[in-house]
Amino acid sequence: MSTPLLIAALLVLTAVAYVLGRRRSVAVSAGAGGIRNLHSLPSYYGSYAALWCLIPALLVLALWVAFRSTIVTELVVRDLPQEMQQLGPDRLGLVLNDVRNLTSGNVVSREVTPELRAAADHLKSLERTSAAAMAVVVLSLGVIGGGLAWRQISPRLRARNRVEAIVNVLLIVASLIAIFTTVGIVLSVLFESILFFRTVPMTSFLFGLDWSPQIALRADQAGSSGAFGAVPLFTGTLLISGIAMLVAVPIGLMAAIYLSEYASREFRAVAKPVLEVLAGIPTVVYGFFAALTVAPLVRDAGVALGLEVASESALAAGLVMGIMIIPFVSSLSDDVINAVPQSMRDASYALGATQSETVRQVVLPAALPGIVGSILLAVSRAIGETMIVVMAAGLSAKLTANPLDSVTTVTVQIVTLLVGDQEFDSPKTLAAFALGLVLFVVTLGLNVIALHVVRKYREQYE
Amino acid sequence: MSDDNPSSAGAPRRRTIDAVRASLPRRYAKERRFRLTGRLAVLTGLAFVGSLFLSIILNGYTGFEQTYLKVQVTFDQEALDPEGRRDPAALAGADYAALVKRAMQAAFPDVSGRSELRELFGMVSSGAEYQLQDMVKADPSLVGTTRDLWLIASDDVDMVMKGHIDRRVPEDQRRVSDRVLGWLDVLEKKGAVDTRFNWRFFTNGDSREPELAGIGGAVMGSFYTLLVCLVISFPIGVAAAVYLEEFAPKNRLTDLIEVNINNLAAVPSIVFGLLGLAVLINFFGMPRSAPVVGGLVLALMVLPTIIIAGRAALKSVPPSIREAALGVGASKMQTVFHHVLPLAMPGMMTGMIIGMAHALGETAPLLMIGMVAFVVDVPKGFFDPSTLLPVQIYLWADSPERAFVEKTAAAIIVLLAFLIAMNALAVYLRKRFERRW
Repeated sequence: MSTPLLIAALLVLTAVAYVLGRRRSVAVSAGAGGIRNLHSLPSYYGSYAALWCLIPALLVLALWVAFRSTIVTELVVRDLPQEMQQLGPDRLGLVLNDVRNLTSGNVVSREVTPELRAAADHLKSLERTSAAAMAVVVLSLGVIGGGLAWRQISPRLRARNRVEAIVNVLLIVASLIAIFTTVGIVLSVLFESILFFRTVPMTSFLFGLDWSPQIALRADQAGSSGAFGAVPLFTGTLLISGIAMLVAVPIGLMAAIYLSEYASREFRAVAKPVLEVLAGIPTVVYGFFAALTVAPLVRDAGVALGLEVASESALAAGLVMGIMIIPFVSSLSDDVINAVPQSMRDASYALGATQSETVRQVVLPAALPGIVGSILLAVSRAIGETMIVVMAAGLSAKLTANPLDSVTTVTVQIVTLLVGDQEFDSPKTLAAFALGLVLFVVTLGLNVIALHVVRKYREQYE
Repeated sequence: MSDDNPSSAGAPRRRTIDAVRASLPRRYAKERRFRLTGRLAVLTGLAFVGSLFLSIILNGYTGFEQTYLKVQVTFDQEALDPEGRRDPAALAGADYAALVKRAMQAAFPDVSGRSELRELFGMVSSGAEYQLQDMVKADPSLVGTTRDLWLIASDDVDMVMKGHIDRRVPEDQRRVSDRVLGWLDVLEKKGAVDTRFNWRFFTNGDSREPELAGIGGAVMGSFYTLLVCLVISFPIGVAAAVYLEEFAPKNRLTDLIEVNINNLAAVPSIVFGLLGLAVLINFFGMPRSAPVVGGLVLALMVLPTIIIAGRAALKSVPPSIREAALGVGASKMQTVFHHVLPLAMPGMMTGMIIGMAHALGETAPLLMIGMVAFVVDVPKGFFDPSTLLPVQIYLWADSPERAFVEKTAAAIIVLLAFLIAMNALAVYLRKRFERRW
């Protein structure tokens, strides 16, 4: 029985459990003086039976699906001939892939030996057994759970309290998922990074000046080991993010000031949503815009000025990234500026200050912590931005501060190292996780500081 | 400022008001400059929006059209069905490419020589033979007849017709030779060249040939992925919001959860891709390129958005509703699920739609979990390999052919149309169900 079908069957079973539980509660109440002597409403008895039918079965189902393929593969490997078992993990993986392809009737990359055929048959029978066993176990668990709950039903059973306790647990589990996600991110990135730092020392990763992760095909090849010095990536990321901030901060901040202090209500009602459209546009669209329109424009402008501009210049990528970030700066700053109490402005006007003097000498200093926080958030956004730089920035890691040159960034390298099929244990793929760790730590740090600053500032005026 | 001391009567009096008056023009000029800078900043931002949309639309609108060539095709009995049995298998396996070639040669009988013929045949797309195959499959009685048919032109001819290949460029720098241009002019004079609305663009999957490539597969892939994302993230998001807003005691754990949610909202999306790769694909052995995995990763990504919006919606329900329900004897759980949650639902739906719009446009995490495959078939389920609309845009943007530029921009227009529709729905919901208490 396929998994979706099994889930459907389980849901049907749950519905049956609900109906039966409800009916039984009404039946048992008849002997005890009618429904009004039940502890809870009949529907709670039904829900009680249904939950007991559904939840244990669903848990087992989830675990089974999660670990099924690992266990089945392990069993198949154990039955492979000795010489195949000693192949080493990556070649064994290829063999297993062929076994799988043979089972599903796809094209197989090697000659079909009897051993392979036997393994494929074994896999097929194991999968079939696993599916059948899963269906039996899950459905019988549903029946047993629902049945036990059904038997418990009596007028004195505190069904509502129990159902509410179960629902409460479910709610807690749902809100814990945020923590699980963070833990999952940290563990997965950290685990692979530790593997990486076993082959490449952490100091040469963090402080090395040379990045060329292509591992040599032959041992005697020139430059035979890949170099994993990430400094050029960090400088490239900083260069592009810096250009982006140079575009976004002045425009975003001035736009926020103009919209909150000067603009008429009508202008504000039109301009603010239009500017916020920029935040809703997918980054892949910005990447296309950068590569197709802005990069040639920048290059032509450079040629006209007699400058040599790379076709994938940091300037083009940074400019477009800056455009993307404008609404983050402007809408966050807008909130902060609006939170400055009107009384402070009134006091400044009463002293005879002009509007711009009020903004510059009263409102901005008062709003400064919040604005700094919003800029930090925007920086973290710029550092983590991927698609624009993947499409518009270069691939070669150069250690340069020239915005007209092509540089690469941390995110670009993560994507180039991980896209496509690679074996999972090479330093190349692991390096991507190490870069991911750096990215996660840096953006997390920026976010924590920024949120702290913003929150502290808010409390000041509330 | 001035030492305006009345006792020093002998000196000419210099009053504060004079100093202020003297400084006023400078201060007002400064004021005007400041205001102008602000206006300029807003206008620059608006200009960016305008140029972005303009650039996409100007590049993309031609992508919805496709050039067709009218050619007289003879469905040759000998070539298609020599035994005359109209056997569907034999008809499907026949050599339709030869039919197309023969038809093109018949249109230009004086063309000879290998390379010239290759150029001539290259004017028609390689998809034309499938066009003929489908026609015969639908109506076997066509065999043996001769018809005037509109065949799909190749991408080069298409680009010439749309003006993306400049005829004035010297021949050796142009993708299309003078000969082909000459034939095209002949056809055009006969009225045998036409551009029509490109339906294939909406139904086909990806293809190496720009004129055959479509977003049908990518749209279905996005649909399945978003469905998975929605089914997972919405219930969990609502449950988490309800717990944190209505039930959670103030303690370390709930503080930790809140900090976590706020931070997750700002984690770069590519990191979620790393999570999906390491945990879902490598640890749990889930298939690469499948909508299920993409949906799961996107669900984790949009969960903070949905939770934050959900909490805001719950907060806006006035306490009097809760007090009234509690007052007539409802339990805390009944109060929340029977009264508060239904009233907060419109706000939660708005947050959900905005989260889904965010997920629809996301690309980076999907690259990590292998959804960049070249997928020709339209996916039919949650486990089929598929691409998504933004990933398709990324793939096409990388393709060297000139014709893919307009396809990319056209796909972007479709994506933006979806996003605008979703956001408009969110705004409508907010306006329609917004309540002032």
